[in-house]
Amino acid sequence: MRNMSLALCLASLVMTGCSSLEPWVKPYERANLADPIMNPARDAVSAGYLHHVYETRESARGAGTVSGGGCGCN
Amino acid sequence: MRIFRYCIAVLSLLILQGVSQAAVLPDERVDALYHSYDGGDVQVTGPSVLVRKGISTNWSTSFNYYTDYITSASIDVIIGGSPYEEERTEQTLGFDYLRGKTTMNLSYTKSIENDYDADTISFGISQDFFGDLSTITMGYAEGSNLVGQRVSNNPKVFEDRASIDRKNYRVGFSQVITKNATLGFGWETITDEAASLNNSGVTLNNPYRSYSFGIPGTSRSFAQEKYPKTRTSNAASLRANYFLPFKAAIHAEYRWFQDSWGIRSDNYGLSYVHPIGDWILDFRYRYYSQTKADFYRDMFDFADQFDFMARDKELSTYTSTSLGFSASYEFAKNGWGFIDKGSLNFSYDIITFDYKDWRNACESQCAGGTASPGLEPFYSFDAEVIQAFISIWY
Repeated sequence: MRNMSLALCLASLVMTGCSSLEPWVKPYERANLADPIMNPARDAVSAGYLHHVYETRESARGAGTVSGGGCGCN
Repeated sequence: MRIFRYCIAVLSLLILQGVSQAAVLPDERVDALYHSYDGGDVQVTGPSVLVRKGISTNWSTSFNYYTDYITSASIDVIIGGSPYEEERTEQTLGFDYLRGKTTMNLSYTKSIENDYDADTISFGISQDFFGDLSTITMGYAEGSNLVGQRVSNNPKVFEDRASIDRKNYRVGFSQVITKNATLGFGWETITDEAASLNNSGVTLNNPYRSYSFGIPGTSRSFAQEKYPKTRTSNAASLRANYFLPFKAAIHAEYRWFQDSWGIRSDNYGLSYVHPIGDWILDFRYRYYSQTKADFYRDMFDFADQFDFMARDKELSTYTSTSLGFSASYEFAKNGWGFIDKGSLNFSYDIITFDYKDWRNACESQCAGGTASPGLEPFYSFDAEVIQAFISIWY
């Protein structure tokens, strides 16, 4: 509970107290970031398939760009 | 699940901050894909169709229909039985809801095979803040699986072997670093709990797979695998995306993984995306390595030596290396009828699997095999993965 309070305080500070910390990339500077090539999973149908190929042949799972779950893969 | 509770608290606070329009719903588009996997005497082909449509300015829905047609004559299958063919169909219905800088999604997935049914419901929430430079995400999924097995001598009769409950907990954070760079962090914990059905002894294992025991150089015998009933895994990933000055992009990723079975793995990925006129070219490299599970051995000393015994190559020590490229051709970029734009795409990957302690038992057990049992060469194989798809935005 103590740790939870700390987390809430920290979040509040970030959003209110630290007013000197301003977003340093302005909206009009984000054209490159918004370009589809900046999204490694820009084609969901393809990214989902490749995720499935690896998921069924490796023990590692989770924390990917695509959410897993629902695979029988027996 | 302490990290999960922290994220709920922070996310709640962020949502209460008051919002303005920033986040967006996914594009309205339809994708029709043909996929093919060929490696280790396993062929898997089939279609995948993904349709996404906006319902209103705040709601979007998606539907994915995916099928695997599987033909398998892999070493496990040859030693444990005979080659087989089967079909798996997976359908996912999803909804996305946008409110200010918050996006929520809910989806339901049903996967059906003749010997494996899986139902999964998933919920996720994403919140932009700090001038939209930061995004926090979290998600939860719950899956229910029913594992069956073909009853011998009758390829159409199956019996339930185990039920598996799976829970996924996900959190993520992404940050715009500069006007050309972003960083992302993700964490996911997954838990499995299985119950045997019909006194099968099957838990989280594949009922068709066997462990091996015997005397190296003399004999190799097989018996049904014995797995634990539970598994918990943790994975953490770090991703970086960078936009190059000449309109190209680099993506780098690393994932750390560990589970309660003693498996540790790392994977690294690097990709380069380069648009040329109406084309977009992708080149990618991925390296994966893992250590074996505590209860894995290529060959045990004798039957029932331990409580848990497995010989799945997926639980062994191995590496895999992938090289791939994709080419996309964009057409109707200025619209055509109801179409906003479209693309034709082709993708090829070659994956090399290199096993460090899983021997090719077929070299001693299959017809024509000349190796001594337990002393066969370690196994390796290449797999080719092909995708061809068309995408239409409307």
